[in-house]
Amino acid sequence: MSINASGWRPEAPVAGGKASPTVTGNKGLMLEEKLIFEIGDVETTGVDFAEAPPLQGRGWGGAVPGAGLGETSPTPSPSPEGEGSADLLAGLFRTTPIGLPGLSEPETVRHYTRLSRQNYGIDLGFFPLGSCTMKHNPRLNEKMARLPGFADIHPLQPVDSVQGALGVIHELATWLITLTGMHGVAMSPKAGAHGELCGILAIRAALEAKGEGHRKIILVPESAHGTNPATAAFAGYQVEDIPATAEGRVDTQALIARLGPDVAGVMITNPNTCGLFERDMRTISDAVHAAGGYVYCDGANFNAIVGRVRPGDLGIDAMHINLHKTFSTPHGGGGPGSGPVVLSEALSPFGPLPFVAKQADGHFALIEEETAGDDHPHAFGRMVAFHGQMGMFTRALTYILSHGADGLRQVAEDAVLNANYILRSLDTTLDAPFGASGPCMHEALFSDNGLATGFSTIDIAKGLIDEGFHPMTMYFPLVVHGAMLIEPTETESKAAIDQFVAALRSVAERAKAGDVSLKSAPHFAPRSRLDETLAARKPVLVWKEPVLAQAAE
Amino acid sequence: MRYLPLTQPDRDAMLGVIGVATIDDLFVDVPEAARLDGPIHGLPMHASEMAVERHMTALARKNLTAGEAPFFLGCGAYKHHVPASVDHLIQRGEFLTAYTPYQPEIAQGTLQMLFEFQTQVARLLGTDVANASMYDGSTACWEAIGMARRITKRGKAILSSGLHPHYVSVAKTMAKFTGDLLETATPTLSAETDLDALIGAIDKDTSCVVVQYPDILGRIADLTPLADACHANKALLIAVVTEPVALGAIKSPGEMDADIVVGEGQSLGVGLQFGGPYVGLFGCKDKYVRQMPGRLCGETLDADGRRGFVLTLSTREQHIRREKATSNICTNSGLCALAFSIHMTLLGEKGLRTLAQINHVGAVAAAKRLSKVPGVELVTPAFFNEFTLKLPVEARPVVRTLADRGILAGVSLGRLYPGEDGLANGLVVAVTETTSAEDVETLAAALEEILA
Repeated sequence: MSINASGWRPEAPVAGGKASPTVTGNKGLMLEEKLIFEIGDVETTGVDFAEAPPLQGRGWGGAVPGAGLGETSPTPSPSPEGEGSADLLAGLFRTTPIGLPGLSEPETVRHYTRLSRQNYGIDLGFFPLGSCTMKHNPRLNEKMARLPGFADIHPLQPVDSVQGALGVIHELATWLITLTGMHGVAMSPKAGAHGELCGILAIRAALEAKGEGHRKIILVPESAHGTNPATAAFAGYQVEDIPATAEGRVDTQALIARLGPDVAGVMITNPNTCGLFERDMRTISDAVHAAGGYVYCDGANFNAIVGRVRPGDLGIDAMHINLHKTFSTPHGGGGPGSGPVVLSEALSPFGPLPFVAKQADGHFALIEEETAGDDHPHAFGRMVAFHGQMGMFTRALTYILSHGADGLRQVAEDAVLNANYILRSLDTTLDAPFGASGPCMHEALFSDNGLATGFSTIDIAKGLIDEGFHPMTMYFPLVVHGAMLIEPTETESKAAIDQFVAALRSVAERAKAGDVSLKSAPHFAPRSRLDETLAARKPVLVWKEPVLAQAAE
Repeated sequence: MRYLPLTQPDRDAMLGVIGVATIDDLFVDVPEAARLDGPIHGLPMHASEMAVERHMTALARKNLTAGEAPFFLGCGAYKHHVPASVDHLIQRGEFLTAYTPYQPEIAQGTLQMLFEFQTQVARLLGTDVANASMYDGSTACWEAIGMARRITKRGKAILSSGLHPHYVSVAKTMAKFTGDLLETATPTLSAETDLDALIGAIDKDTSCVVVQYPDILGRIADLTPLADACHANKALLIAVVTEPVALGAIKSPGEMDADIVVGEGQSLGVGLQFGGPYVGLFGCKDKYVRQMPGRLCGETLDADGRRGFVLTLSTREQHIRREKATSNICTNSGLCALAFSIHMTLLGEKGLRTLAQINHVGAVAAAKRLSKVPGVELVTPAFFNEFTLKLPVEARPVVRTLADRGILAGVSLGRLYPGEDGLANGLVVAVTETTSAEDVETLAAALEEILA
């Protein structure tokens, strides 16, 4: 019986119906999206310009500044005196098509909005990727970075016109130095690995200045991030592994035994990638220094100790700080990062150019190649064009000022509390290889020991995707088989962590019981497991028109 | 504190589950001498959103912005209009707060975007392939030199005098440590590029020649003869593009047979940002792809036969190969690559070409007007949107004086090449679609007054 003539009536759904496949491939809110090359064309543009004057690569004719922007400047410029029809593009005017498709603005907004919905982000849920510090990204940071006074200034403007920007760099530098108890800081490195390079280059410059350039060995623990040995090799060093103890820490005795006149330094992550604090750090530093080397600390895990421990008190000579980890600048799907490097008194003279110096009158100077002069003769040089990741500095400083000294200390405490809570909530379900080594720091480490035959960490990770979580870091560090490294950060509520613990417990029990449905997980993601072998065997790295792609086979 | 969800009862309950009495018990492994008993002295305590905003805004106000002044700076960073939808889209939390796409099933948004970006970049640079981005143009340039060394197994790189001096400086820093030999030179304030000299310098030890296009003074020249000379000596040609909009008007380096083309992508989508973060572009010929640094996204199929994308060829990378990796790079510039890609999609080929036209035509008119200022000469006869003027006096003090008057006049070569007397009178002027006729007239009139 209808309520009105349209036939409408309140819905009373029937349970248990089965879905048919859709024509579009879409599934309700899960929308498929083709490539821009398949939906756009080279004649479409989503940007309005007034008609531009013709560009033939010849002559000065009709050249009007601002022409095509709707501004009225009706006076055509005259021909150049004596130049005739000089070819102002050197005969290189583009005559061939490029093949860049355009979309109208609404199509563009829809394309990228649809793509975004196929991504997991911190905004959506728990993202416990170990060693990555996926914490909440405050939107005040974004707002401040977009102030025109920061976003719309050129790096080569006269320094008097950018005193506020140099002030930001200096203020952040002061915070970083004070928080770490170090002596100086190099702000320009573009990311963590770039910061590692900065630190290692400063070490090498310092050794060469002492006539110790023959030291060619950098010692790196087995549990290190891959960037550590890659950086040392990039800087011209040979890498030697240092073993870990059974409790998951650097084998101090083995390390000290290896020190000698050929060792340039050590690269140690502290807290380490097994989630543990290196208790012997001070002892190690003293021994390295006594042997004539320097101590590099990978600061990727600074979030565990910020405000509670100063690396400078542990004898560190150089440590990079990932602003995109500890200080909440967004990861952006893989960067941009920012990796300032704090330096000890011994290494500070050897840091890179440029840097910002505050003068006695309060004016900020930019010390570049030209001004380094006699005061900084040992600076190892420039690592990057311009002055570093300004857009990340404004965000990080905003975050630091929001937390203050007291809030940052609470950050470390809550991050460590959350990780230990996870460790102790799950160590009866999963194998915690270093669970007996004491409290963990800001990340909890488990192994795949005890899973059913044929089941591995990846199956647990993919099962977690179906439960609505981003998985933990898998198969890292290398010292633990099937490692699962879980870093909750301080910005998760107890309720969120409890839900994760329940989900991981359930998935782990399924893996231990040999539940085959896990082998084909995820079942509820935009894609099922992707064939990485196929991708590497026949790399398709750019889109080609279907005809061309076929011809290339 | 507004970013911390745990309440004190939460904390107490969690300590109970862990089986310790206080938070200090979780830091027992820190040696006592290194434990801090309270907030670090001398630093301010937490602040409200309003207070922080006030502090940052005050700092921002101390800068003269490009948008509030007649603005003519370039030399590796350009002011272009970025459509509003670009910044809206990159701030979607699913893009902004995602990590590197290590779990491809729930990162197809980032991965598909990277695949599109790689294709756009390869087409723009004229290369077969491109990677998922580098930190910026200067580091991409150095990585290209290292890649040429690995491919040719030779250690000498010849850098054009027209290469951005910061890029040269980065390469010199790195080469000190890697042992690469670099031949470098300072540009001259003249119309001629150094292509002939570069061709003459190539020998059997040369791994690569690095040339910027358009170069630091804005000059453009056909790279084909240089590419031929490189290839005749089994060396590689690396071309550096710091203004990608130029490639909407002129041939790409890849079309002139450059082997590796790198660039600074800042012009599209990213904005000036006082020098960073920017986005490095990196493309090359197919046959060199396995020596490329950085992340690559590739097409594949999922278990159900649907098209999808993954990071691939990771056996080049540090997290798999450690000290044997092609580079130590890990994080790239994902969000800036996204901004670049969205801006490029909005423009499309038609928009890019129109934009390039407007830039070039405006620059030509500005060059014409400014070279009429008494005593001022136009050094560069062919250019895209950036040209060099020779002033009758040192340019650096002129630029400072003009900045005090609220005009950002360009980049003085004295800033880029301090101590080089032959360049001190040079002023590099960039003109884009954001430059109005009034801006040009304001600069010209001010120059006339100062130089009179």
